[in-house]
Amino acid sequence: MVFQVRIHGRGGQGVVTAAEMLSVAAFREGRHAQAFPSFGSERTGAPVVAFCRIADHEIRAHEPIARPDALIIQDPTLLQQVDLFSGLSEDGYLLINSSRGFSDLGLGELAARLQPSRLVAVPASEIARETVGRPITNAVLLGGFAALTGVISLASVIAAIRDRFSGPLAEGNVAGAERAFGFVGQQIPEVAGAQAD
Amino acid sequence: MLKQIEGSRAVAEAVALSRPEVICAYPISPQTHIVEALSTLVKSGQLAPCEFINVESEFAAMSVAIGASATGARSYTATASQGLLFMVEAIYNASGLGLPIVMTVANRAIGAPINIWNDHSDSMSQRDSGWIQLYAESNQEAVDMHIQAFRLAEELSVPVMVCMDGFILTHAVEQVDVPSQEQVDAFLPPFEPRQVLDPDDPVSIGAMVGPEAFMEVRYLAHVTQMQALDLIPEISRTFEGAFGRASGGLVRSYRTEDAETIVVALGSLLGTVKDTVDELRAEGERVGALGITTFRPWPSEEVRRALRGAKRILVVEKALAVGIGGVVSLDVRVALSGIDQAVHTVIAGLGGRPITTTSLHRLLRSAVAGELPETTFLDLDRGLVERELARRGAKRKSGPHAENLLRDLGAVAVGPV
Repeated sequence: MVFQVRIHGRGGQGVVTAAEMLSVAAFREGRHAQAFPSFGSERTGAPVVAFCRIADHEIRAHEPIARPDALIIQDPTLLQQVDLFSGLSEDGYLLINSSRGFSDLGLGELAARLQPSRLVAVPASEIARETVGRPITNAVLLGGFAALTGVISLASVIAAIRDRFSGPLAEGNVAGAERAFGFVGQQIPEVAGAQAD
Repeated sequence: MLKQIEGSRAVAEAVALSRPEVICAYPISPQTHIVEALSTLVKSGQLAPCEFINVESEFAAMSVAIGASATGARSYTATASQGLLFMVEAIYNASGLGLPIVMTVANRAIGAPINIWNDHSDSMSQRDSGWIQLYAESNQEAVDMHIQAFRLAEELSVPVMVCMDGFILTHAVEQVDVPSQEQVDAFLPPFEPRQVLDPDDPVSIGAMVGPEAFMEVRYLAHVTQMQALDLIPEISRTFEGAFGRASGGLVRSYRTEDAETIVVALGSLLGTVKDTVDELRAEGERVGALGITTFRPWPSEEVRRALRGAKRILVVEKALAVGIGGVVSLDVRVALSGIDQAVHTVIAGLGGRPITTTSLHRLLRSAVAGELPETTFLDLDRGLVERELARRGAKRKSGPHAENLLRDLGAVAVGPV
């Protein structure tokens, strides 16, 4: 089984770095992982997509991810601009950076289609402002991703953040990832149960 | 050491482990990360002794590599796309002079229309340049191939291009085993040039040769490349013995034993092809794949041996020879001459269009059903093409195709031409 993640955001928000850190987190757990960007759109503010595959065997395919098992939306302003949810199945995971609810975001129908324990909105910009000092949410959301999917552990996410950053930047992102992890646990009782196990 | 690392960075480390003495390069996407990483390694002193020369163009990059190699320095450069085309005159000189330069080509389409994404148009345009051409299937193989390439180039005194898919491999972060300096030093002996410009023992290199010997000099280049057909597998075996994994070689078969249908491909596409082969095998179809690792010299015997039992061959190519179709398929047909088989050309993935398992699955199904024409363009948007042909037929001043198609797709604003 390959677990496939697609991350949406804008140039300058660390979308590609998020996919890379996720792959490093999986690698640190002794698993195979492949991270790659959607190429050619690396302009500040432009919509950017990055991908990550995680598996327990060698990953041979090198095609973009059309049917993701999980979506991470770093920037909710993309909702009106990009077909973010293309290929997401009914048992897929959805993690979105927003302090608003899904119906507030106009995603009521989509939310009704997905399993309640598999979608969550995390106020990652607010968390990042407090812990990192600026609203860069890529690492914060990976903490939420660990809680939501259980595909990787929070400890691996933290290790991957420290591999990538150092000093106060690393610690701010680690704190943000921990906050998002806890937040998701509170929002979704099933996840909190799994975390307690 | 096992690392989760970007392909470009891993290749830069492999090149550095090969102890190049001169690196000259001009940045161009998607090759840039490789030479950026190497420049950092030289600047920090981690790669020493080595001269990194930031040249003013690709033409200069290859010219400097020629000069450096002729003085006996192990020389490396990297490029892609229009950069490769800009250095073509010097590329032919490097091979004609028999200088063992190693160059990475981070495969990218050639314009116009300008396009930064991956296909094989750039390196395929240089298939007859006299350089050896190797195609990496994965980032691990790209790393291993560079180390092998220096040994191959220097043993035969011939330049080697290591081709790796731009972005798809260069920008992918994957698990790669980067060898140690001790391992590489034990595998790759110091460069001992066959010809060298040395002020203490002056010679000239690059004589003008007239009709009396030109053909013979060219023939010797051919002889050298044919020798590579023996040396490449030998180096690959030695590498496997030393590093414990199979990389490089001439061709590589995947589930071809009893295959009725075999897909031939080069580069990173092979991973997706293998996944598709597994899907179809699970459905009971006898399909397999053949990877061409060495494209020049052309391993005709090995290709023939691998494909002779199959009923039909699909050559999936990321390059288009306008006016005929495939590039690699022509060589495959020559290798199979006298055998009654259907050889199909499939043009795919031009300018970065993804080649998906879904499309490959459909392609193989239609091949197995005997419905595949001799030449196919995978996932071509026929409607888009037909509409432009209609516009072209309707009026003389129909305008440029590229802009018309983008406007048709809504990718650019509609306005006066």
